[in-house]
Amino acid sequence: MDYSQFFNMIPEATLVAILIIVFLADLIMKGEKKVSSLALLMNVLLVVQTAVCLTAEPSSAFGGLYVTGDAVNVMKVILTAGTLIVCIMAQPWLGRADVSNKAGEFYALVASTLLGMYMMMSSGHFLMFFLGLEMASVPMACLVAFDKFRQNSAEGAAKFVLTATFSSGVMLYGISFIYAAAGTLYFDDVAAVIGNTPLAIMGLVFFFSGLGFKISLVPFHFWTADTYQGAPTPVTGYLSVVSKGAAAFALMAILMKVFAPMIEYWEYLLYIVIVLSITIANLFAIRQTELKRFMAFSSISQAGYIMLAVIGGSAMGVAALSYYVLVYVVANMAVFTVINVVETRGNGTTKMNCYDGFYQTNPKLALLMTLALFSLAGIPPFAGMFSKFFVFMAAAQQGSFWAYLVVFVALINTVVSLYYYLLIVKAMYIKNTDTPLPTFSSDCNTKLALTLCTAGIVAFGVFSCVYDWIAGAVL
Amino acid sequence: MDYSYVFLILLLPALSFLVLGLAGMKMSHKVAGLIGTCSLAVVTVLCYYTAIKYFLIDGRDATGLFPTVTAFDFVWIKFSELLTFTIGFRLTPISVMMLIVISTVSFMVHIYSFGYMHGEKGFQRYYAFLSLFTMSMLGLVVATNIFQMYLFWELVGVSSYLLIGFYYPLHSAVAASKKAFIVTRFADLFFLIGILFYSFYVGTFSYDLTAMPELHQNVAGVAWVMPMALFLMFIGGAGKSAMFPLHIWLPDAMEGPTPVSALIHAATMVVAGVYLVASLFPLFVEFAPEALHWIAYIAAFTAFYAAAVACCQSDIKRVLAFSTISQIGFMLVALGVCLPGETSGVDNTVEYADVNGLGYMAGMYHLFTHAMFKACLFLGAGCIIHAVHSNEKMYMGGLRKYMPITHVTFLISCLAIAGIPFFSGFCSKDEILVACYNFSPVMGVIMSAIATMTAFYMFRLYYVIFWGKSYYETHKAEGAHQPHEAPLTMTVPLIVLSAITMLVGIFGTLHVFEFGEFVSANGIGFGTHINWAIAGTSTVLAILGICLATYMYKGEETPVADMLARRFPKLHQAAYRRFYLDEVWMFVTHKIIFRCISTPIAWFDRHVIDGTFNFMAWGANAAGETIRPWQSGDVRQYAVWFITGTVALTLVLLCI
Repeated sequence: MDYSQFFNMIPEATLVAILIIVFLADLIMKGEKKVSSLALLMNVLLVVQTAVCLTAEPSSAFGGLYVTGDAVNVMKVILTAGTLIVCIMAQPWLGRADVSNKAGEFYALVASTLLGMYMMMSSGHFLMFFLGLEMASVPMACLVAFDKFRQNSAEGAAKFVLTATFSSGVMLYGISFIYAAAGTLYFDDVAAVIGNTPLAIMGLVFFFSGLGFKISLVPFHFWTADTYQGAPTPVTGYLSVVSKGAAAFALMAILMKVFAPMIEYWEYLLYIVIVLSITIANLFAIRQTELKRFMAFSSISQAGYIMLAVIGGSAMGVAALSYYVLVYVVANMAVFTVINVVETRGNGTTKMNCYDGFYQTNPKLALLMTLALFSLAGIPPFAGMFSKFFVFMAAAQQGSFWAYLVVFVALINTVVSLYYYLLIVKAMYIKNTDTPLPTFSSDCNTKLALTLCTAGIVAFGVFSCVYDWIAGAVL
Repeated sequence: MDYSYVFLILLLPALSFLVLGLAGMKMSHKVAGLIGTCSLAVVTVLCYYTAIKYFLIDGRDATGLFPTVTAFDFVWIKFSELLTFTIGFRLTPISVMMLIVISTVSFMVHIYSFGYMHGEKGFQRYYAFLSLFTMSMLGLVVATNIFQMYLFWELVGVSSYLLIGFYYPLHSAVAASKKAFIVTRFADLFFLIGILFYSFYVGTFSYDLTAMPELHQNVAGVAWVMPMALFLMFIGGAGKSAMFPLHIWLPDAMEGPTPVSALIHAATMVVAGVYLVASLFPLFVEFAPEALHWIAYIAAFTAFYAAAVACCQSDIKRVLAFSTISQIGFMLVALGVCLPGETSGVDNTVEYADVNGLGYMAGMYHLFTHAMFKACLFLGAGCIIHAVHSNEKMYMGGLRKYMPITHVTFLISCLAIAGIPFFSGFCSKDEILVACYNFSPVMGVIMSAIATMTAFYMFRLYYVIFWGKSYYETHKAEGAHQPHEAPLTMTVPLIVLSAITMLVGIFGTLHVFEFGEFVSANGIGFGTHINWAIAGTSTVLAILGICLATYMYKGEETPVADMLARRFPKLHQAAYRRFYLDEVWMFVTHKIIFRCISTPIAWFDRHVIDGTFNFMAWGANAAGETIRPWQSGDVRQYAVWFITGTVALTLVLLCI
């Protein structure tokens, strides 16, 4: 075997190195300051990893099993940066007595899921892709169950594992149809021979369902609410942005590359799934009283918006999707950081009515949360407005009646989403209560995470160079 | 010719507004007041420097005119090459004159307010609004185009609204501010339509078409456009300048603090309409002299109406308010009686400036002198109100002993407004009357009569305040407070303003100071010569008016006035109630507009539009409730949904 091939997959190689370093450091380090020094190590390594991804070149290895391009590298940068924010904001939670002894494990698991996502996005073969997917899924289940003595956490993990297994089964079934239809599993070869046969269509839909589970699109979304609620808050944040972003990008890449000849079929698939995801998730979100569950439904509807970019299968859609994920990372992580602070400092509560009068006691946190929610709802001049604009534009450029209809439904749903995002703002600013949450003094990690996120929310909206960079890399 | 510093004139008040508006509550009253006053002191110095530089140092150019200087012109929105919306700073003789008027009066009011508003709640807010107003008013007069003027016009309206409603816990103040805003806003709608007409047909926002002769052909074919557009713009000006029948907001605006009345509702904002007509004067004369004359008729009627009402008011600020309306009428009459020159439009000869275009100079002159003496009158009224804690004349009387400085300055201003020689009002009013007689003897006679009424009602006011039966002395036993002279911060502005009135009057009457050398219809300077036939008659009439007022109101009792009021109760009552104009407007708005137009629209809005949205909201909520059981928490069910969804999607795709 030619081991020099590994030099063609630098980001993956460095990530494996990080995984090993963190694992060993966890074994070696002792003493009181172990958690914070581990955190520092992990953060520095992730910054290095981001830089590595930034400089990575397009390459391929192992006879086409591994293929990357500029768009993939941009996405890797975004996801690694998202992971970095997760690691920073997880700090108050990792410092808790019952978790602190497992901090090293947390980092190792995060690194391995990230590695899985890398593989997923840069695979050139269905089996390679499947391996990457599972590599991202199995450690994820461990992360969800990280608070294993809390019943919620264990339950969430169990549901995640069961549904993940089920969806993997469906997906493998789909891949077997594709093999039957095309006689190969290399992406390029499949794209060359696949036709609009019923067998291929079945393969497409079953494969789509398996990834739909990862992105939590309706009707494959049922696990989302339970798992998001049960998982520790940083893990929920990680699931909702990084994991989802990776899967969405992988799905887009495969639809555009492998299933390019079947575009008229998967476009209909997208129309149906997007409309269902956005609408049903919004309807559920209106009724939620538990913030993490609420964010689960919000993330389902956001997934619908992300997939809008795929309609039309254009290069602009690739740029729009990457930009949307980037903006979604910062906005959503800001919300989860605040939730995490409130949860760790305020007796583990994530009920929405606990946020009544939050502005009185914690004006700064309330303000940052408001900015993040505004960005999620797409209120100008925050980045969320521009990211929504770009995905709408990508979808509308497809030009058919159905595409316009889907965009219209999505637009109406932004109004609905505005309503429920503002419910939280209302609770924080307007509602009064005799027992508001006490004033928290945030630790420096939280402050850092919030600063990064808020800077992103404002700057990505104001400075068009960020989108230009993504679009330049993709087009 | 370097005027690059003038941006400071707009920037400083704007900054002062931002600082006081955002951080004012954290400052003490004194600091906040000082920030506002100091920034305005700098602005005043800059304005005076600009005026000296413009009129005296740089002076007239080779053609014998004061050049129009555009200090800067920043392009904001570009619709087309000609139709470009810019924000800039334009210096012309009248805009420089307005800079002087605004900065002087505003600075005096800033100083005066230290005493008048002492210890008031919201002192910082007050100064913030004053800064906002000053910035807007300055921006209005230096506008390089009509659209910029409109922008600042609205800002002026907003700051006026904020200041009238300064005492917002008082119901009457809130009602007055709303009334002022709605009435002027209603008029501004016509202004906007006029601007749109003008820009659509002519293709520019500029005031000056002489520089762009190619645009003349745009209006050549459609003769009705220019008169219509200009008259619509004038309606906007009539709203701000309180011309009949849009004057109803101004008397109520007296609910605001008195210094605000002096600044906004006497000296600056209310003359915006006059300034607008003056800015558009070349257009009016060339394209729509008829419209200009209609302005004169409306203004003359307004002047008469307001003077008649002023004779019967008991609230001293209302008297001054109606007097202001009447005097603005004088200014607009002066502008309206101007005639086109030899061919058409403005003609470049001294004769034109002195005869057909005299009214332009006279109107601007009166704007200038009126701003000074009326501000002085209002500030004096403020001192009196400060001393007796009421606006009503029955609580006054005999105040000359207690408030000597206020008394003297008030008397000087009254003599000025009455038009007695050696006081500033004489010089300007006399020119207006000459211009009116040039136009038509009927107009001249009418305006002379109104000038006599002015002298009468102003001295009526003077006597009931400073002479007659003293309320304090008759009610001492019941614990009435002894009136006292106002503090120095309040009397100094009075002295300054009355000194200006005196100086302009003396030098103007002796022809040492010639306003016409600086401002004239065609820019060519000329010296006035007093037409003694007219000046003598009007002086005699003014003295007669004063004598009548002395006869009727000087004594302890006023038997003649009471008898007249008893003799003509209906007339007196009608004048006191301002000839029921407010009731007419109430009827029009409430009975006609609200009931016949607004009510059906409101019904449609409430039932159809709101209903639709409520239905949608209800639908979303109900649907959310209905689908709730889907999320059961049962993993087996999730799997069923999962596979059902997959199969269903496959079937859909297979079917299409």
